[in-house]
Amino acid sequence: MKQPLIEIKNLSAGINGKQILKGINLTVRPGEVHAIMGPNGSGKSTLGYVLAGRKGYDVTGGSVTYDGKDLIELAPEDRAREGLFLAFQYPVEIPGVNNTYFLRAAYNEQRKHRKQEEVDAVDFLAIVKEKMKLLDLPDSMMKRAVNEGFSGGEKKRNEIFQMAVLDPKLAILDETDSGLDIDALRIVAEGVNKLKRPDNAAIVITHYQRLLNYIVPDFVHVLFDGRLIKSGGKELALELEEKGYDWLIGKNGK
Amino acid sequence: MTTTKSKAASELAAHLAACESFAASAPGPEWLRRLRRNGVTHFTELGFPTTKLEDWIYCNVAPIAKLAFKPSAGADASVTAKQLEPFAFPGWTGSRLVFVNGHFSPALSTLPAPQKGVTVTNLAAALTSGDPLVQAQLAHHAGLDASGFSALNTAFIADGAFIALAPNAVAAEPVHLLFVSAPGDVANTAQPRNLIVAGANSSAKVVEHFVSLGGAAHFTNAVTEVVVGEGANLEHAKFQEENLEAFHIATVQATLARDSRFLSHSISTGARLARHNINLVMIDQGVDCVMNGLYAVGGKQLVDHHTVADHAQPHCGSHEFYHGILGGSSRGVFNGKIFVRKDAQKTDAKQTSRNLLLTDTAIVDTKPQLEILADDVKCTHGATVGQLNDEALFYCRTRGIAEVNARRLLTHAFASEIVNRITVEPVREHLEQVLWARLEELIEKK
Repeated sequence: MKQPLIEIKNLSAGINGKQILKGINLTVRPGEVHAIMGPNGSGKSTLGYVLAGRKGYDVTGGSVTYDGKDLIELAPEDRAREGLFLAFQYPVEIPGVNNTYFLRAAYNEQRKHRKQEEVDAVDFLAIVKEKMKLLDLPDSMMKRAVNEGFSGGEKKRNEIFQMAVLDPKLAILDETDSGLDIDALRIVAEGVNKLKRPDNAAIVITHYQRLLNYIVPDFVHVLFDGRLIKSGGKELALELEEKGYDWLIGKNGK
Repeated sequence: MTTTKSKAASELAAHLAACESFAASAPGPEWLRRLRRNGVTHFTELGFPTTKLEDWIYCNVAPIAKLAFKPSAGADASVTAKQLEPFAFPGWTGSRLVFVNGHFSPALSTLPAPQKGVTVTNLAAALTSGDPLVQAQLAHHAGLDASGFSALNTAFIADGAFIALAPNAVAAEPVHLLFVSAPGDVANTAQPRNLIVAGANSSAKVVEHFVSLGGAAHFTNAVTEVVVGEGANLEHAKFQEENLEAFHIATVQATLARDSRFLSHSISTGARLARHNINLVMIDQGVDCVMNGLYAVGGKQLVDHHTVADHAQPHCGSHEFYHGILGGSSRGVFNGKIFVRKDAQKTDAKQTSRNLLLTDTAIVDTKPQLEILADDVKCTHGATVGQLNDEALFYCRTRGIAEVNARRLLTHAFASEIVNRITVEPVREHLEQVLWARLEELIEKK
């Protein structure tokens, strides 16, 4: 069995003293896709933010080992440079910053961190073109300011595009399916599938089962009230689709 | 109290004496001499504004009155082309009119190639040649009613830029007006007076650029009158990068005729005290105007923008975007008036003022002032004062960008939003260079 890429042990975390995650245990190995499902308010987005290092989300217990390092000790930018990527549920608009410029700045900071040479604008454009073709994205997207005036679908595609260029080891997709129509959903999911390799992994956080029709997970976990209350294979997602969460919550609930 | 008062009175008296002697002796046709005398009379009545006046409440101009007052007599011949190199726009091949201490310098200037229907010259020359347009328009839009400073400028009318477009003329290239303050034995006062008259359906782009040589205090008191004819299209950019001891007071007064387009930019990074009045009056229907502005200041600088969008007629649109970046113990003021007169139905007026404070000691006062007398109008305004958006900072960091670089990126982006509206690329490039350096300073020094 491969070494874990990330090992979350008994993780507790919260905001402003309010406990939201109450002991999460999860191990993800290279090549795996894990889906985390759960009703609203169960702590799904909090888990994404805690792993990405958002200010205000305090870890109160447990540990997260990522690629052999203590993840919690790292600044958000260092987590990114070590190959962790969070695709936002609500990607942030940055008026005045060109999308290509932004991505090249990020790309080069990551390369610098890995003691690789920085890439100039011309070479970067070649990388961008290749990834855009892979994901079937329009050129015009790269000429605009980061996410500014993008439709919901364009924002999500831009997240996947950034992910394609930055080529993370572990991608966390936070509700990437929310607000997408079925075509946009398919495009986003295909992008994720194309980027899948034996040496990287993804945690797909989702509210609905429908995304999992396109991104087939190896493992499905149900998050409720800050804990993973059930884990299984991809068939668990179908069971949840059919029966909802109540039967599980009944057993574990408040 | 009495001593302060009498001191202020004696300072004012010195200015008045200078005005009177200039108005009495300066050359020009009778109508111009009368205009100057009117300026003197108005300035005598108004004096310098005090902070008791609502429009000057945050802008204390007392230090200007205290400056040893030396109206400059002509262009300083010692200024060299080399000294002006830092103020050239990258890749600029167009014309440039240089004014030293308010007076045209033919030696330092490059006039545009002659073009039918397009006049680009200096006011003194236009007065000498007796261009009837000058008499018809000069001081008909600004100068005698607004403030003591405009009146003072009018009392000293001598030189500045004169740009006129005949109906349907399209200026082949943008015009760069460079106003240089050169150091003198006492603080120089430059009072350029500019007149831009765009005939019906004409089109032009004009850049007013204010700079200093050396670091000594000086005073610029500029007035620009702009007349945009029916269906004409004018872009007016003003960039003030004077030294940090300078006092800069300026008014841009634009009269906008039916179906005209006016794009105004004001970028202000320099001066110890800078006051920009930008007043647009829509005198007929179908006008579309934009007021776009950016100030980036630090230390003890004060920058004050007072803008007016006067919707005198129906079916006009005004869109205003002002951004401020304030470091050190600087102070910013934004006061945006929107008048919608009784008959100005279907007005579409939009105003936003956003301010970024880089330190706890920087202050900004932003005030929208709406006076709406029509009932079928769309008017929106919004003002924000604060720090960089935490969410955007986090977003940058999750992509691998270090926090300090993310702050830099977002601060520059905030400035770029304004700069990007300028359509003349070499100007944008120059601004980006100057702003980049200025913002680095402000971020470093915070």
